[in-house]
Amino acid sequence: MGAWLPAVLLSAVFAICIMPLIPLLASWGQVEGELWSHLWQTELPELFSNTLILIALVGSASFILGVSLAWLVVMYDFPGRSILQWGLMLPLAIPPYILAFVLLGFTDFGGPLQQFLFSIGLGIEWLPDMRNPLGVGLVFTLSLYPYVYLLMRSALQRKGRSSYESARTLGYSKAAAFWRLVIPLTRPAWVAGLALVLMETLADFGAVSIFNYNTFTTAVYKSWYGFYSHGTAAQLACLLLLFVSMAVIAEKWGRGKGRYEQSGAALKQYRQRLTGLWGVLAQVGAWSVFALGFILPVTQLLYWVVSSFDQHTEGTIDLLLNTVLLAILAATITLLVASIMVWAQRQKQTKSRSFMTEFSQLGYAMPGTVLAVGIMMALNGIDSWIADIMDDQSQWLATGLFALLLAYVIRFLRIGYGPLASSMGQIKPSVVETAGILGAGKRERLFRVYIPLLRPGVFTALLLVFVEVMKEMPATLILRTYGWDTLAVRIYELSAEGQWELTSLPAIMLVAVGIIPVILLIKKSDL
Amino acid sequence: MKTMNNWLVALAVGSALTLTACDNSEQEKQTAGEEQNVAETKSPAAEKSANEQKEIVVYSSRKEHLIKPFFEQFTQETGIPVVYITDGAAPLISRLKAEGERSPADILMTVDAGNLWQATQEDILQPIESDVLENNIPESLQDPNNEWYGLTVRARTIVYSKDRVNPEELTTYEALGDEQWKGRLCLRTSKKVYNQSLVAMLIARHGEEKAQQIVEGWVGNLATAPFSNDTKVMNAIEAGACDVGIVNTYYFGRLEKENPEIPLALFWPNQDTSGVHVNISGAGITKHSSNVENATKLLEWLSSAEAQQMYAGHNMEYPANPEIKPVPEVEAWGSFKADDINLSKAGELQPQAVKVMDRAGYK
Repeated sequence: MGAWLPAVLLSAVFAICIMPLIPLLASWGQVEGELWSHLWQTELPELFSNTLILIALVGSASFILGVSLAWLVVMYDFPGRSILQWGLMLPLAIPPYILAFVLLGFTDFGGPLQQFLFSIGLGIEWLPDMRNPLGVGLVFTLSLYPYVYLLMRSALQRKGRSSYESARTLGYSKAAAFWRLVIPLTRPAWVAGLALVLMETLADFGAVSIFNYNTFTTAVYKSWYGFYSHGTAAQLACLLLLFVSMAVIAEKWGRGKGRYEQSGAALKQYRQRLTGLWGVLAQVGAWSVFALGFILPVTQLLYWVVSSFDQHTEGTIDLLLNTVLLAILAATITLLVASIMVWAQRQKQTKSRSFMTEFSQLGYAMPGTVLAVGIMMALNGIDSWIADIMDDQSQWLATGLFALLLAYVIRFLRIGYGPLASSMGQIKPSVVETAGILGAGKRERLFRVYIPLLRPGVFTALLLVFVEVMKEMPATLILRTYGWDTLAVRIYELSAEGQWELTSLPAIMLVAVGIIPVILLIKKSDL
Repeated sequence: MKTMNNWLVALAVGSALTLTACDNSEQEKQTAGEEQNVAETKSPAAEKSANEQKEIVVYSSRKEHLIKPFFEQFTQETGIPVVYITDGAAPLISRLKAEGERSPADILMTVDAGNLWQATQEDILQPIESDVLENNIPESLQDPNNEWYGLTVRARTIVYSKDRVNPEELTTYEALGDEQWKGRLCLRTSKKVYNQSLVAMLIARHGEEKAQQIVEGWVGNLATAPFSNDTKVMNAIEAGACDVGIVNTYYFGRLEKENPEIPLALFWPNQDTSGVHVNISGAGITKHSSNVENATKLLEWLSSAEAQQMYAGHNMEYPANPEIKPVPEVEAWGSFKADDINLSKAGELQPQAVKVMDRAGYK
């Protein structure tokens, strides 16, 4: 039985995770041709180009920022390095939908920037209009590049530096050593980081709607809200998933046979002093990223909190507690599910197991609402079946927190699985075998080999899922039950009405709580 | 305190890892149990009082801060508790539909008649039998089949810069597409249902072709890309990026409250023709409500003289009950002739309106 258990559990996880896809796929049974031809003539070309432009912008900018900043703080010494190396992680605590309204609020008509320009005698023609692809790209890049930076920084600490130095000794030029050795060697790290960045970008609805920038997600909503066509909304969501599946495959290919991180401790660091014009420019660049991605938004939020102090609604603390509690619960369950997947993979590497593992994680790329509607329809389908059998028309599954927690787990399984799998990857089978030869029983191997060695991965997984659940908005909106409003829910209510100043209080709380796990993550990745 | 309970319940849940048993589902099991008890009646009086106090469940797309104080007051007066969740109208309608007869909801409350019309199409509401509502709410603000009633009214009208626009230049929504407004118009996104309803009404009056010409005129006159909300439209006018825009009255009210000196004013268009486009926030009772009596009580109370002025005034809206005067700030904007076409038309024509706006390039 023991041998079959992981396979059975993995299949169950797989079945549950793809459950919300079923209503989406079923939608193809009914295609509204007339609506599709309308979309084709008016919107679809724009959606494709907008989405591609956004991916290209955010992907390349996150790569450049993430890799170069990681390189800068790992390889060089300069004043303020110790602050920057963790400061550059902090934007991760600010979700794109918050950064979006803060940056727009800052640069908008009547905002602080305009008032400043006015005070020095410049009119509104000097005001930059951020509502264009570059502005949207900037928002996503600033709040998501830390994924690349985080993974790249620890990869560089582990092996980038030593290989770079060896290459230099062997007579490679600086550029050649970097591009032909360091970048390929750290590929698993930056590819994994970029995949996270792009999936979040594709699935986002909040930020793009604040910018009124049309993407596949906004089109999904529009078909649903404006055309009342569930079918077309679901079909557009399928197209979006197709995009994302391609990204998943690209990541697999990009990561190659490498793992996230290889074993081996970082060498004691010797850092070169940063000098010359380039040195100054690099520092200015790094500080501007920190300022724009973190200092400016937090300052603006704090300013709004104070300026609208007497108007804030009460009960925000309750929202905070709900948010934290949901995040803790969801992170724990996600970790358990991820362990099943890792365990099954460890026990036996088969094509079907890795297929199930990979596709169980597709939820990360589904826009929250699409996922939530899928779950809602599936659970209610099951409910109605149970209700008929039991002859009791009450809610069985689609009630309480079950649906919401299920959505969190499906949505963020990928985030929890990654670190755990990479920790597992570092436990060489020979280590376990040796323990066995030395007489360690099953129990002992679990408690004295696996658990201690997996601990860093478990820790990272918990923290990352915690942060993500806290920030989650659309699925929370649709699946929560009464009494379970979160900070993100309040942020939606207020920001959708353009009351950005009032949004500042729940937003700053979300950022403040989000920073704690981010700081813990940084501490952990410091060697 | 409520949150404290949530914590305890959830901790218990978490430790047992049985995730279905949350406070809410327990409640429902209880109410389900009560219903069964009713069938085997033992003490009718006790059953009756339990039912009289039965909690009302509201699904609302009207935001929490606009409903909470009134639900609390209702509970205070009647002893009937009200719980609610808020979300967009479309997700709530989908949720009700998926939940079917198992739904815990009693009332669906949304803004915009288009959404309410959609709810009737999805067959998730039931006709309400109430003379009180029938007396309090005018015919044009209710469903022909009494499945929903408007509770507050808002006008979607023209706002202009007092510094740069002479109100005599303004006439109609249609005329905002004229040459004289080139580069002077600001609009909110076409994805917002308020604009979809407005264009739906243009289609109802002029037909699709003419409506599209009007919208194309607007798009051609835009000073800058459409904004994600009405407040930003007014900020842009105030800053001088454009001179006129189309907004809901209460957004203007909010800005005016913050800054009474604001150099903007409202204009009532189409006074010689169709009248100002008005819309509502309203509510209906769900098809599978197990608490119709109390739900009706809540809606009647919201339409009553006592609640109307506050309920509408709290968000600077107009009361749906014509007997009641709006709050003084709102009254100060002056009276106007409103478009009296039945609002369910907005819902019916909404998909067509979205297509018209798409073709006109209105983002």
